[in-house]
Amino acid sequence: MVTATRNVTRALTVGDNAPRRRRQPAGPSVYAVNLVLIVAAVYFLLPLIWVIIAATKSPADLFGTFGLWFSDTPAAWHNLVALFTQDGGVFTRWLVNSVIYSGLGALVAMVLAAACGYAIAKYPFRGREALFSIILGGVLVPATVIALPLYFLMNEVGLVGSYWSVLLPSMVSPFGVYLARIHASASVPDEVIEAARLDGAGEIRIFAQIAARMMTPAFVTIFLFQFVTIWNNYLLPLVMLDDTKSFPVTLGLTLWNGQTQRDPMFYALVVMGSAVSALILVALMSSLQRFWRADLTAGATKG
Amino acid sequence: MATRTHRTRARIPRAAWVLILPFVIMFAAFFIAPIVYAVVQSLFATESSGLGFGAPETKFAFFDNYVRAFSDPTFSQSLLRLLLFSAILVPLMVVTALGLALLLDSASARFPRVFRIISFAPYGVPGVVATLLWGFLYVPATSPILQVLSNWGIDVNPLSSSAVLFAIANISLWGFAGYNMVILSSALDAIPSELYEAARVDGASAWATIWHIKLPLVRPSVILVTVFTIIGTLQLFVEPLVLRPLTTAIGTTFTPNLAAYNQAFAQGNSNLASAMAVIVALLGFVVSFGFLRFVNRKGNRAW
Repeated sequence: MVTATRNVTRALTVGDNAPRRRRQPAGPSVYAVNLVLIVAAVYFLLPLIWVIIAATKSPADLFGTFGLWFSDTPAAWHNLVALFTQDGGVFTRWLVNSVIYSGLGALVAMVLAAACGYAIAKYPFRGREALFSIILGGVLVPATVIALPLYFLMNEVGLVGSYWSVLLPSMVSPFGVYLARIHASASVPDEVIEAARLDGAGEIRIFAQIAARMMTPAFVTIFLFQFVTIWNNYLLPLVMLDDTKSFPVTLGLTLWNGQTQRDPMFYALVVMGSAVSALILVALMSSLQRFWRADLTAGATKG
Repeated sequence: MATRTHRTRARIPRAAWVLILPFVIMFAAFFIAPIVYAVVQSLFATESSGLGFGAPETKFAFFDNYVRAFSDPTFSQSLLRLLLFSAILVPLMVVTALGLALLLDSASARFPRVFRIISFAPYGVPGVVATLLWGFLYVPATSPILQVLSNWGIDVNPLSSSAVLFAIANISLWGFAGYNMVILSSALDAIPSELYEAARVDGASAWATIWHIKLPLVRPSVILVTVFTIIGTLQLFVEPLVLRPLTTAIGTTFTPNLAAYNQAFAQGNSNLASAMAVIVALLGFVVSFGFLRFVNRKGNRAW
């Protein structure tokens, strides 16, 4: 346990140290290994390449030209302008909504989960393991199961349709508590807490100013994990929201997708919109991947 | 609870509750309460009185809703379909992610960092957008893949009733295989070099190293990935919902979640919808705990 978590902590804090090439017994042929990896890379990239090419086409060319090559009559700029001006520029609003739901939701979720996980790790109170087990049980409940009854509950308190109906449930991350507890026991030494107490620091201050700094990698991981979870959540906004102005981008795109039968122009909007929203998140993922190498998630189970 | 913990030997600063309670309150409101509400709702039935006059009556109905859900052949079929989907996706996901992680970890892989970033990218694409993209790739009019295959004389229809589950499984595999691979390859990175040195000294082959060192040491991470994939499959909702307009093979009760959504919003029967949601949650617990018991009994403690 100790060595495993120490590895995790080091891998996370050092961040982007390339995994050292270790001398292992010689494996199967270099060609075979890399051929499989290249095929897999093509598989992962293919839909993304397709959507980037498709986004440059008019609806007619989308159906009339080969999917993996550009058409002779590019409409990329036209599609991009259409995407951001359709329905009074509502797409920008959807993007902003998504950023608000995901950013604010993940930020609060991170603070709440980290504080709770830290406290469970560092204060041996009665019922601690029972509480932790109940929270862990929350990880096993499919989000789709919660969404429907949550709608009925929100309906009774009159919150359905508001930003809060999506934001509030997004602020709870049981998995975050789990990560925070594991990381706090590994990276915040009891001696540091004792020393701070002797210096007269209060418990909240110890957490906010000392422990939080030591738990930075866990904070980042919880934030990113929750950010993607909220950004990808579809059922919750679907049941909660009815005003298109409060839609996140996923819901907005399916709204347009439902109108393609009426007007083929919407194909171009859906494709361009998918390309833009996919690329934003892929760029975010790739740039932050060095902070989020999933080591914490992996190491958490050792012991 | 606070007063009782004061009597225990370990001193619990009252301030610690400030760290724990915010999360616990939110967790109770947005995880526990909906589940309790769903269970209670599922035990009641709302009936309008015989002649249609007066307010509809709500009365205690014991397990009537559960009996109704199970005796509805379309719901039972959707449960079986969900289990079949799990049986297809879970092994496919674990084998793909583990296989790629092992290839990437072998000494032969050329550009492991580039491959990690490429395979991780689909994780950032929301399920809705991924389904929209693959939807275009599943329709002959827009799919370069199907067009090429058709030129070779191979005609496949991924959205036919016999293939549609595989088509949906492919979307999930595309989205999460890379993410799971990153978790598993971080676990492989954490294996101490000394073990490989020892294996070399003993003259172990690459296969023997995989079989006797790598697989046993990444077992906990494999279990984690498996449980998360099982829970993910039970959420099946977005993909069939978005693919539905493209094919007649997907009905309004294709998965239990779709059936519950349909009951709540199209049929207006929130009691029956709650019963269906509870059934999916119970199924999740039974399958994930069953799996954990199974792996823990066969060998040493793994979780």
